[in-house]
Amino acid sequence: MPRWKQHSVLPGFGLTMGFTLLYLGLIVLLPLSAAAVKSAALSWPDFWRVVSSPRAVASYRLSFGASAIAAAINAVFGLLVAWVLVRYRFPGRRVVDALVDLPFALPTAVAGIALTAVFASTGWIGRYLEVLGIKVAFTPLGVVVALTFIGLPFVVRTVQPVLQDVSAELEEAAASLGATRRQTFTKVILPSIWPALLTGFALSFARAIGEYGSVVFISGNMPLKTEITPLLIITKLEQYDYAGATAIAVAMLAVSFALLLVINLLQAWNHRRNGGV
Amino acid sequence: MNSPRNATTDPPVVRWLLIAAALGFLGLFLVVPMASVFVEAFRKGFKLYLAALRDPMAWAAIRLTLIAAICAVVSNVVFGVAAAWAIAKFDFRGKNILITLIDLPFSVSPVVSGLVYVLLFGLQGWLGPWLNDHDLQIIFAVPGIVLATIFVTFPFVARELIPLMQAQGTEEEVAAVSLGANGWQIFWRVTVPNIKWGLLYGVILCNARAMGEFGAVSVVSGHIRGQTNTMPLHIEVLYNEYNFVAAFAVASLLALLTLVTLAAKTAVEWRVHRENPTAPRH
Repeated sequence: MPRWKQHSVLPGFGLTMGFTLLYLGLIVLLPLSAAAVKSAALSWPDFWRVVSSPRAVASYRLSFGASAIAAAINAVFGLLVAWVLVRYRFPGRRVVDALVDLPFALPTAVAGIALTAVFASTGWIGRYLEVLGIKVAFTPLGVVVALTFIGLPFVVRTVQPVLQDVSAELEEAAASLGATRRQTFTKVILPSIWPALLTGFALSFARAIGEYGSVVFISGNMPLKTEITPLLIITKLEQYDYAGATAIAVAMLAVSFALLLVINLLQAWNHRRNGGV
Repeated sequence: MNSPRNATTDPPVVRWLLIAAALGFLGLFLVVPMASVFVEAFRKGFKLYLAALRDPMAWAAIRLTLIAAICAVVSNVVFGVAAAWAIAKFDFRGKNILITLIDLPFSVSPVVSGLVYVLLFGLQGWLGPWLNDHDLQIIFAVPGIVLATIFVTFPFVARELIPLMQAQGTEEEVAAVSLGANGWQIFWRVTVPNIKWGLLYGVILCNARAMGEFGAVSVVSGHIRGQTNTMPLHIEVLYNEYNFVAAFAVASLLALLTLVTLAAKTAVEWRVHRENPTAPRH
């Protein structure tokens, strides 16, 4: 038995571990390293010129800005939805609870054309917004709408279990010490769900940055105006600019992995805050 | 004024206002777009809807989507079970790193997921020239679509099974060993009955994502009609040709799949919750 593994009477470690590492290596690690090596073929000034071109910078601004706004909307409304689902009883609650996962299960292309149809100037909702002078489809606002849809379940699903575990005794204690409902919420409930809320925000943000399918239909895809970073990669690929596409993809991968690290730290904080539940 | 009741429950007015706001938000962002898919699909009548689905190109897209989803589900189930067995039943160094690596595909943009396969197998890529010499095509062909689908659905089964099997521990398996069972007997008679609901849950999620994947598949497919277009890609082609009824007709099939997925997922959750009320809900 290898040193790095504790002894066990159960069989199958060599087989399952070997297969896991082989499959992980072939399907995930080898292709990802292909991207890293391919971008290393580009000299540093060339790499920098591609990732800092005005068109790329405009796409980062839109992708990051719209993702941040969408994640913030989801943080507020996700907390509201989680609160209502955990604390109140109303008819249809279980159906609503199941419905929250809709954006996880609905193919992004279907979400894209459906949101475009609804928010276009002739659509069910777009029609009324048009009267107010608000255009959603084919503007940056459309990107925010699509990214809000995509990220909706993350905050609800991270906050919900924590909210369920905030013990009623704590709230009763706060109340018996003379706290008002508002004080109980801001001083007792909010601090205990804060790490989960931030985790949900970060998950929603990370998902939104990489999102492609739901956005391309509603955004209008105008370079410098409504072109998100993943679309810029596709555009470069279609022009056979493999080096340029790879450079921007590597920049995106770096951001994704940094976000993954932040999310892992937030989740560890969340675990500690909630006593390792 | 500050009676305890006031501090632990909300007044009915606040309660109903919050419920209305939450339902309004969900209605606007979830229910309305979902309903619009079906309304748009039937806009020109039932006949045109059926005609759009009878189109040979639509059939080819449905077939390819099913092939990709079956391949992704089968291979990721085998991987997920193997990975969960190694990680949950044994103690070794580097376990957390391995779990993080398994989750990695979730944090990669779908477009980048497709791109890395182009860089590996495409003509400009590492293996492209060799594949070309041997007349093998992966990118812009079915194998590339299958590989990209496997990549984006990679963690689904494993991340369902790992925490489940970790929580179940090894006691039952160790007891089986002491009674003289061999590895396969332990797996089929002891482990599989314990993990069957978690496995089914992972399969449902994996299948939904596999059938709906757009970005990654779009990069590797090459968009050859009738050959390398999956259902989501076929929807995009129809939509860009302003053939909205046909686009929404195909989309309505995927929307139905979504509803079935949500129903099946909820049913599994209730079942697990009933069998083991203390287990954490998903």
